[in-house]
Amino acid sequence: MAKARLMDLDKALELYEPVLGFEVHVELNTKTKMFCGCANEFGQGANTNTCPTCLGLPGGLPQVNQQAIESSIRLGLALGCEIAEYSRFARKNYFYPDTAKNFQTSQYDEPIAFNGALTIELESGREVTIEIERAHMEDDAGKLTHKGGATGRIHGAEYSLVDYNRGGVPLVEIVTRMIEGGEADSPEIAKTYVASVREIVKALGVSNARMEEGNVRCDVNLSLRPRGSGQLGTRTETKNVNSLRSIERAVRYEIQRQAAVLEAGGTITQETRHWHEDTGMTSPGRPKSDADDYRYFPEPDLVPVAPSREWVEELRATLPEPPAARRKRLQAEWGFTALEFQDVVNSELLDLVEATIAAGASAPAARKWWTGEIARLANAQGVAADTLVAPAQVAALIELVDAGTLTDRLARQVLEGVIAGEGTPVEVVEKRGLAVVSDDTALIAAIDEALAAQPDVLAKIRDGKVQAAGAVIGAVMKAMKGQADAARVRELVLERSAG
Amino acid sequence: MSEITAEQVAHLAHLARIDLSPEEIDHLTADLVQIVDSVAKVSEVATPDIPATSHPMPLTNVFREDVVRPSLTVEQALSGAPARDGDKFRVPAILDEE
Amino acid sequence: MSDLIKLPAATLGAMLSDGSVSAVEVTRAHLDHIDAVDADIHAFLHVARQSALDTAAAVDARRGAGEELGPLAGVPIAIKDVLATRDMPTTSGSKILEGWIPPYDATVVARLRAADLVPLGKTNMDEFAMGSSTEHSAYGPTRNPWDLERIPGGSGGGSAAAVSAFEAPLALGSDTGGSIRQPAAVTGSVGVKPTYGGVSRYGAIALASSLDQVGPVSRTVLDSALLHDVIGGYDPLDSTSLTSAWPSMAAAAQAGLADGALAGMRVGVVKELNGAGFQAGVTQRFEETLALLSAAGAEIVEVSAPNFEYAVAAYYLILPAEASSNLARFDSVRFGIRVNPEDGPLTSERVMAATREAGFGPEVKRRIILGTYALSAGYYDAYYGSAQKVRTLIQRDFDAAFESVDVLVSPSAPTTAFRFGEKLADPMAMYLNDITTIPANLAGVPGMGLPMGLAPEDGLPTGLQVMAPAGEDARLYTFGAALEQLLEASWGGPLLSQAPVLTPTEMFASEEGAV
Repeated sequence: MAKARLMDLDKALELYEPVLGFEVHVELNTKTKMFCGCANEFGQGANTNTCPTCLGLPGGLPQVNQQAIESSIRLGLALGCEIAEYSRFARKNYFYPDTAKNFQTSQYDEPIAFNGALTIELESGREVTIEIERAHMEDDAGKLTHKGGATGRIHGAEYSLVDYNRGGVPLVEIVTRMIEGGEADSPEIAKTYVASVREIVKALGVSNARMEEGNVRCDVNLSLRPRGSGQLGTRTETKNVNSLRSIERAVRYEIQRQAAVLEAGGTITQETRHWHEDTGMTSPGRPKSDADDYRYFPEPDLVPVAPSREWVEELRATLPEPPAARRKRLQAEWGFTALEFQDVVNSELLDLVEATIAAGASAPAARKWWTGEIARLANAQGVAADTLVAPAQVAALIELVDAGTLTDRLARQVLEGVIAGEGTPVEVVEKRGLAVVSDDTALIAAIDEALAAQPDVLAKIRDGKVQAAGAVIGAVMKAMKGQADAARVRELVLERSAG
Repeated sequence: MSEITAEQVAHLAHLARIDLSPEEIDHLTADLVQIVDSVAKVSEVATPDIPATSHPMPLTNVFREDVVRPSLTVEQALSGAPARDGDKFRVPAILDEE
Repeated sequence: MSDLIKLPAATLGAMLSDGSVSAVEVTRAHLDHIDAVDADIHAFLHVARQSALDTAAAVDARRGAGEELGPLAGVPIAIKDVLATRDMPTTSGSKILEGWIPPYDATVVARLRAADLVPLGKTNMDEFAMGSSTEHSAYGPTRNPWDLERIPGGSGGGSAAAVSAFEAPLALGSDTGGSIRQPAAVTGSVGVKPTYGGVSRYGAIALASSLDQVGPVSRTVLDSALLHDVIGGYDPLDSTSLTSAWPSMAAAAQAGLADGALAGMRVGVVKELNGAGFQAGVTQRFEETLALLSAAGAEIVEVSAPNFEYAVAAYYLILPAEASSNLARFDSVRFGIRVNPEDGPLTSERVMAATREAGFGPEVKRRIILGTYALSAGYYDAYYGSAQKVRTLIQRDFDAAFESVDVLVSPSAPTTAFRFGEKLADPMAMYLNDITTIPANLAGVPGMGLPMGLAPEDGLPTGLQVMAPAGEDARLYTFGAALEQLLEASWGGPLLSQAPVLTPTEMFASEEGAV
């Protein structure tokens, strides 16, 4: 792949105004496919979830999955859309080996949801409202594997293999209106928008929302408008951008690439471009042309979807609090700084921290444990934090620390025990005998012994060299196997030395 | 309204993925001119105030419950495949992504 | 020739039920007759001899064990090749599907099996049901039992010829623009296109989804009714299937046999479907049939359906448009043949195009190209969009007509069977042949075709079409059975008893060999 010339980003933004648009595909997590009863499952043996309908066999006919309709309506509502009173499926006709029927069953001029808006907040605090043109339902294509050739990519491949398990999986495609005025924030807007959509579908529970598995996929439309020109530039559509980081990078890349082309007197080709995660570049795909005549027409094998207003309102009542509003509320309730809160959010710990607080822990302690020790352990083991320990256990652990039963150091040992499956924090404390020794008699005996063993230290303390007490404290803590509150030991050492 | 040319028929054949011979294109062009002339009369009565009927019966909201039905076995699914490789369908090299 | 093959399905069912004949005997009689005559008729693309005998034996065994079976249990049936059958090749009359055995049964086929009918094989048809003559079958045409030089109608010429040549008492057909009713007319048999949504389309290889309907083919009205009862009713796998509770069509047909069944019935004659271009003998038999109805107490009313004039035009936009999309799946990836291009690189795109070029016949290509054109950007509104509006107008014409009449009648086809090749060169002339039958498909209303006598000028069958409001299929059976009874009384027996006796092919061949 030839390396494209890129213009410095700042310079590009000085000369051109980026105009963005997104098409986000969300794979719904229904039990079955969009138009047949085959299981909607990821990672099964090839072609195990197929039937005459999703395999496009002669005679196969579609039947609409009601759950997919409900999920689409709920998603539409969560994106602030109007829900169509009358909506239809249409056939989008094109030939491609991963498309079993050689048409995609999609929606054309009568989508289920339209005219929405989503306000996103950038790290700077700037709020940007993204207008949603439509959210429509359609079915996914099968999966191609390209064989032979050097790279395993489509170019140079000798042949390809098709697995139709994914064929017919329900998708909602969310299409934005043109986004102008993004300026230097454009890459961040792209990332934040997709992150927000992902957050919404997750909160709704309508998708597994795992980008790495392709549950949420983004196509980025981008064009550049020369400053001072009323004329929109030619846009490219970058496909296959499947991580938040890539989306940001792809937007930056396309701005720089298009600017360089335009500045050199060239023209932008209206085309599909493919994002390459490894190289951080896009490469040209098929040019858009007259050949894009999809010959849409109403799907005659399906009847219209006309959701009653009652049904729509019932579904509206099931919507969770919008994630952005929830974040604002929680940050205020918990009194976190923006940085602290962002840390929780970015580590995907918001739900866990919230649950821990709900179980009785203080907000700072819940944050400290989840973003600190637990995150560290999860990271070391390469697993998600919530698989290690439940919020209720963390809350119980925090309670023990607050009560003075455990020091932080002991609490970390207890946490290890809980994770190892030894029981609740209280049970681990008992089994391992890890509670803080709060009995002064035992401490005093140990202190007296240590002072007697180190008369020189005792002398120094009596001379007012209080810092010398450290040596005695260390010996006491050692004698107590760490199960003592160091601050209390210090107090007692000074007391006894004075005696 | 039907100025159908051989070029246009060739384009339609490409859209429809049929590798028509030049003779077929010529024949079909003549056929299409005749047929389209004859069927174009639909627009005589199709005035804007008339709604389109795409389904003979006015049904709406026909849904299936989200319950898994048995799929075909892999062998059944692949039983008609002109070419296979393991449990996948095998196709010749693909020119480009759609 | 065994007399068993001449019996209607209802009679066979009764004899099977009371044990006076076994399913194996009945099946064997039909298989023997197929062996004897089908080399000439070519109604079948596939004969499932062994599996038919096995199925029949299983039915006999179950009946012998005292099991209570349905009214058609053990009765043989022929299945149009448009229907998916898991144990027989299913080609839809096309080369592109040569040898394909589906991994599933169409719903109607599953229902036949559940009702213990005995599938004999698959019947010939115009490729993908595009045609009115079976001349567009990739496997050669079916011949009309009344005259082997003439077409048996289409697309379901195979099913109609099979019943009229006594190769099967029953058959399944599919009707998109007349493919059941027009073959019935030219072969002197009976066939019904049910209300759209009345019979499942799941597993029927789609021609035009919004027009296709599977229906019964037989020699008597009652037999079609019995078969309709087996295959009809709601199917969740077809989203356009109606959830209505249907009355028994067989009971409706029986009701037609009662005295005075036609008295007071208002019969509408569609002015626009009885005019210029109709063969004189067809018009004559039609007028005589009206007189017969009138004499039986029916009231004949002329009605006008002014928009029927646009039906053929609308049909030949909607059908190709939907077909162009429905037939896109024939791409050499998951099933069917694969043909490599003669030269140049072997890419998926080129292999698909070469396969479709080699696998589709000229009529299929013509309609795919026409449909692709009709749906193209810039033409959609003028063609497909307008055609859908005509559909509304035709529905309105039906609604208006059915306000004043109970049923509508017309000749099923403008002419008797034409000779092979007669209309092949002129696609539009072939298309106009469907003028009488197309309106019912556009509106979704049910239609029946039944014999109304032989045209005096050529001695070939003519057919009457009866149409009823959507959902009123039972009315067709009552009316049809009553009229059939009157007509047969006037002919002194079934029309098909006047058909020429077919000479067994083998004898014919050996005589030829001797010359």
